[in-house]
Amino acid sequence: MTKAFFDHISTTPLDPRVFEAMRPYFLDRYGNPSSHIHDQGQAALRAVDQARAEVAALIGAKAGEIVFTSGATESNNLAVLGAAEGAGAAKRHVVVSEVEHFSVMNALIPLRNAGYEVTVLPVDRTGGVDPDAVRKALRADTALLSVMHANSEIGTIEPVLPIGRIAKEAGVTFHVDATASAGHIPVDVGEIPADLVTLSAHNFYGPKGAGALYLREGTKVAPRTFGGFQEMGYRAGTENVPAVVGMGAAALLAGREMGAWAEHLTRLGKTLWDGLATIPMLHYTGHPSERLPGHVSFWVEHVEGESLLLFLNMKGVMAASGSACSSNLRGHDEEDLVASPVLRAIGVPSDICTGSITFSLGKGNTADEVRSALDALPGIVERLRAMSPTYLDYQKRQVKGG
Amino acid sequence: MAAGPYSEKVMDHFMNPRNVGEIESADGVGEVGNPACGDMMRLYLKIDEGMVVDAKFRTFGCGAAIASSSMLTEMIKGKTVDEARAITNQHVADALDGLPAVKIHCSVMAEQAVKSALDDYAKKHPG
Repeated sequence: MTKAFFDHISTTPLDPRVFEAMRPYFLDRYGNPSSHIHDQGQAALRAVDQARAEVAALIGAKAGEIVFTSGATESNNLAVLGAAEGAGAAKRHVVVSEVEHFSVMNALIPLRNAGYEVTVLPVDRTGGVDPDAVRKALRADTALLSVMHANSEIGTIEPVLPIGRIAKEAGVTFHVDATASAGHIPVDVGEIPADLVTLSAHNFYGPKGAGALYLREGTKVAPRTFGGFQEMGYRAGTENVPAVVGMGAAALLAGREMGAWAEHLTRLGKTLWDGLATIPMLHYTGHPSERLPGHVSFWVEHVEGESLLLFLNMKGVMAASGSACSSNLRGHDEEDLVASPVLRAIGVPSDICTGSITFSLGKGNTADEVRSALDALPGIVERLRAMSPTYLDYQKRQVKGG
Repeated sequence: MAAGPYSEKVMDHFMNPRNVGEIESADGVGEVGNPACGDMMRLYLKIDEGMVVDAKFRTFGCGAAIASSSMLTEMIKGKTVDEARAITNQHVADALDGLPAVKIHCSVMAEQAVKSALDDYAKKHPG
C-alpha cells in the first residue's frame, strides 16, 4: 500500500541534505558558541553565524537581524509579548487578526490580564484580512499589529504588503507570522514592511526545535527569557547548535529550490483540487487563488472530519483536520473540544465545522499519491454518509421536495 | 489493529460497525446529540414482550461516536427493557476497552440514546 503524507503544514520531513549538514554537530563539533576561546567553541560559533546568514538571506534580512529560538511558538510569544513591552508604558493596545495561530492568540492572555486592550480583526469568507479594517483599528497607543502571512488551516495568503504599509504610516510595530509561508513562497523583508517575522525550520524541510524571529534594526523588543547574552540578549540560553545549523541549511536549500518546489506543488494541488470537484456537496475553504501552493482544504456535508481521516489513514493517506475533535484527542477533558476558531471566523456553519479537511502537499509527493487520495475519498464519503442520520434526513427531504 | 489514540476494539467497531441502518416501524426511536457539537446518533429499537429483539443506528460523528453506537447496539440486543435502561456510558466505554478522556461524551451519547429510545417506546406503549 502506498503511504502518502499530505500533512506538511504540521511538519515536513527533514531533507537528507539538511541532515548531513547537521550530523557533525551532534558528535564531532559539540562546542558551545559562547565558549569561543577554544577550537570547539569557535567551530560552533562559526556554524551558528553561518546559519544566521543563511536564514537572513532567505528573507532578504541582515544576519544581525535574526534571533534563533526553539521554534515558531517561542518566536510568536517573543514577538507579541516582547514588542508589547518594548513599546513602552504609554502604548497598551494590540491588534491581531482572528485567524492567528494559538501561539499568538494565547500570548494575548497575559497582556489582557495586564490591562492591555486587544482588537481582533475579523476576516472575510476566504479568510482574508481587510487592510481598511487594519487602518481603522490602529491608534496612537497601538503597540503592535500581528497578521500572519499564510494560514495553515485554509491556506489563504494575507495581504501583508498593504497592511504593512498602513502599519508603517501609523508608526505601529508590525509582526508577521510566516511559519506556513517561509520557504514555500517568497518572504522578503525588503518588500514587506514587517518589523518582526516568525520563521520555523521544520515547516521547510529543516529540523524540529529550531525557529527564528527576524527583528528589523531598531525594533524595540523586550526579552522573554533571562540569562546570558546569547542571541544579542533577546534569547538567553545555549543555542541548539545542530538544529540551528539545520535551519540554516534548510533556508539555503529553500532559497535555491523553492521556485521549483512551488511549481510542482501547484501542479499536484490543482490535480487534487479539480479531482475533488466530483464529490457531491464538497466545499473548498480559503481563498481560491491567493493560497499556499499545494494546499487544498475543504469540508464535506454530512461527513465528520475525524472519521474521514481515520479511514484515509487506513488507506495509507495521511491528511489533517481543522476539527478540534481530532486535533485535541490528547486534551485533558472535553473542555478542550472546541470548534476550529478559523473555520468559525470564515463562516463555515458550526454543524459541519467538524468536517474540515486539510491536504498540504510537500516536495516529495507524487502524482500517483494524489491519485491514490482521489481514488480513496469518494468511497469513504459514501460509506460515512450511509451511516449518517443527517444524510438520511437530507435524502428524505430531497425525495419529498423532488 | 490499533490506530492512533483508539483501542483495537474501538477501531474494529469503527471500521466494521454492527447494526447500521434503520428499523421500519420501530417500537422506539431515540435521537441524541447535535451535529453542531460534532456528533449525533439515532437509535431504532424493535421490542417484543419486554425484550429488545433488534437495534439499529445511524451516527454522524468521530471514530469513538460510531464505535460507541455500534457497541451499544450489540450490548442491548437480547436484553430486557429494564436491563437495557440500566446500561451506562461506563459500560459502553469499558466494553470498548476504554476511550480517550476527550471522547467520553461519545459513550454518554450512547447511554442517552438508549434511554431516549426506551422513553419513546414507553410513550407509545403506555402501561
